[in-house]
Amino acid sequence: MVLLKMKFTQQRRVRLAQGLWLLSWLAVMCGAFIFCLGVYLKTELLRRAEVMDNAEIHVVPNILMMVGLASIGTNWVASRVCQDSMDASRFPRWKVLLLVWFGAAALLCCLLVAVVVLSYALQGRLEESLKVGLRNGIRFYKDTDVPGRCFQKETIDRLQMEFRCCGNNNFKDWFEVQWVSNRYLDFTSKDVKDRIRSNVDGRYLLDSVPFSCCNPASPRPCLQHHLTDNSAHYNYEYQAEELNLYSRGCRQALIDYYMDLMNSTGPGVLSVILIQISVLVSLRYLQTAVDGAMALENPEGNSEGYLLEKGLKETLEEVKANVLDMLKFGQVDPAAEESPEAAGGEKAADSPTEKAASPPSTS
Amino acid sequence: MPFMPVKFTLQKRVKLAQGLWMLYWVSVIMGILIFSLGIFFKIELRKRSELMDNNESHVVPNLLILVGLLSCGANAFGGKVCHDSLDPMKFSKWKSMLKPYLLMCCSFNVLLLVTALLCFLMQFAVYLTLAEGLKNSIKFYKDTDTPGRCFMKRTLDMTQIEFRCCGNNNFRDWFEVQWISNRYLDMSNDEVKDRVLSNVEGKYLMDSVPFSCCNPGSPRPCIQHHLTNNSAHYDYDHRIEELNIWTRGCREALFSYYSSMMNSIGVLVIVTIFLESADMAGLKYLSTALETMADPENPECESEGWLLEKGVKETFSEGLAKLKLLGKKNQVEEGGDAQETAT
Repeated sequence: MVLLKMKFTQQRRVRLAQGLWLLSWLAVMCGAFIFCLGVYLKTELLRRAEVMDNAEIHVVPNILMMVGLASIGTNWVASRVCQDSMDASRFPRWKVLLLVWFGAAALLCCLLVAVVVLSYALQGRLEESLKVGLRNGIRFYKDTDVPGRCFQKETIDRLQMEFRCCGNNNFKDWFEVQWVSNRYLDFTSKDVKDRIRSNVDGRYLLDSVPFSCCNPASPRPCLQHHLTDNSAHYNYEYQAEELNLYSRGCRQALIDYYMDLMNSTGPGVLSVILIQISVLVSLRYLQTAVDGAMALENPEGNSEGYLLEKGLKETLEEVKANVLDMLKFGQVDPAAEESPEAAGGEKAADSPTEKAASPPSTS
Repeated sequence: MPFMPVKFTLQKRVKLAQGLWMLYWVSVIMGILIFSLGIFFKIELRKRSELMDNNESHVVPNLLILVGLLSCGANAFGGKVCHDSLDPMKFSKWKSMLKPYLLMCCSFNVLLLVTALLCFLMQFAVYLTLAEGLKNSIKFYKDTDTPGRCFMKRTLDMTQIEFRCCGNNNFRDWFEVQWISNRYLDMSNDEVKDRVLSNVEGKYLMDSVPFSCCNPGSPRPCIQHHLTNNSAHYDYDHRIEELNIWTRGCREALFSYYSSMMNSIGVLVIVTIFLESADMAGLKYLSTALETMADPENPECESEGWLLEKGVKETFSEGLAKLKLLGKKNQVEEGGDAQETAT
């Protein structure tokens, strides 16, 4: 009971081999494309690594890169098999390798599906990582004299200008941290002393934001200081006015950016999965058809190609039996001690029957 | 006495035809490259045309686009001729077109030379346009409510952020214009009134710069207001302190960007000129080698190829004589008409 049988004439086999050769080279290109995609995604994630707390999301580009390289290799092997398939002397050497190849190709397809699933599933983890990373970035903004953190200010400023965002959730995050370093505060000034004393932790908190929050598209020159004080600026009302700062938070901006990136790669990855599956199916048909043809008396005659020699259930049971056999080899020792004795007993029982059988034949 | 003759066997002819075919396709790719560079340059000029008063000259990118298209067409034709050259039947239909084609390639080379010269010389025009345009942009920075100028503020802010520059020559250009619109000034305030009255033209001038002049790489939070007032900020001396705004002027920044673009395009055009000349020489050798085959039926025979049939001077004088003849022909006709009208 064969699964999905198809008849193949010589011409059909040749056509299948040629078509599969082209398809496998297309699959090599797709593998290269997946690798480049992985490299691009990884570079983009590394560029903003300073505002990310952990690197869990890096598993997506890492898998993409590995799968891309493996796919290039396996599909190149498939094209070699196609080239050799029309030559009866060279094809048999691929027999064992093809079993391994089918396993590898199936594994690649599963990994690609896993990547698509992961890129959605890890969104929550990415958000957490960005939340913590940005919070630290804002806290250490003023520490331009502390080794290891001196570039935090420049990173956050450039991030806010490039992604058009301000703060973690919104611009009010800047009100809760001291983002002006003590080096630039005049501690003899009454205003400064008041502010510091009014705060429990002794921090100099302002209702101001850094200049990188300013929105150039706003018609008014940027108001970044004394944001909650309506009397500090002419014709300004904090509650009603559309502030000329960026209203989006940087966490949301970065999440949107990375999700867009990963979603746009989704269709590409899915089409690569389809191409890989079609290469797998076609190669199985080619293998069975060519094997069938070589077994015939006339190699140019018709043969049959199929996906599985027996039905799906029977193949699975066979595979299970093979695996159990292999496992049983490990258990041979206790059985082997009994079996020689049993074998000896059987042999002793056999020989009298043989002796009994032979004399009647002689006499 | 041919100019630079070379003997050709069948093998050499075949090699020349194949090599020339590859060279023609390389020239087609160069043509496509020049075309796309022309489009890129045009887009870059358009993007910042607001800063140049919208009267920047588009001669160079238009010429590059034209030259790119012509180069693609001419070189594709040359490649087709080379491809057919080893088959006598196919080649015979192209034979008659070769002379006008080579003359056209000559004039195309002259056009390329003109383009390269313009690439280098038009940089002066770009510099002057930028100087004038930026001065006006800074003046119109505050006019975000005037139709036609509402986006000047955004364009100038984005340019200063992108090119890391401030003002026209330097940041002091902002001290000389009023860059805050009157809509946001409290005219009833004494300080505002003092400032406006102290100025001859009634402008509200400050020693401040817009936020887009701020340098994110500076360790100190940006000081953009009261730049010349040391007492306004703690631990600040504007003469010795490394200011945390950009010190370069936008004219210099933009000009160096455009001039490096134009220089590299000019170098590419000069390389194309050399490539085109090599193409022309190769085609001339190939066509003369195929024409001078002693025995047209026997493809294995030897032949000779050259660049010019006679020497350089003789070809030149012949060309001049032909032009004079063309001129005299017109005169003869006039004389003939006069005689006819007389009789």
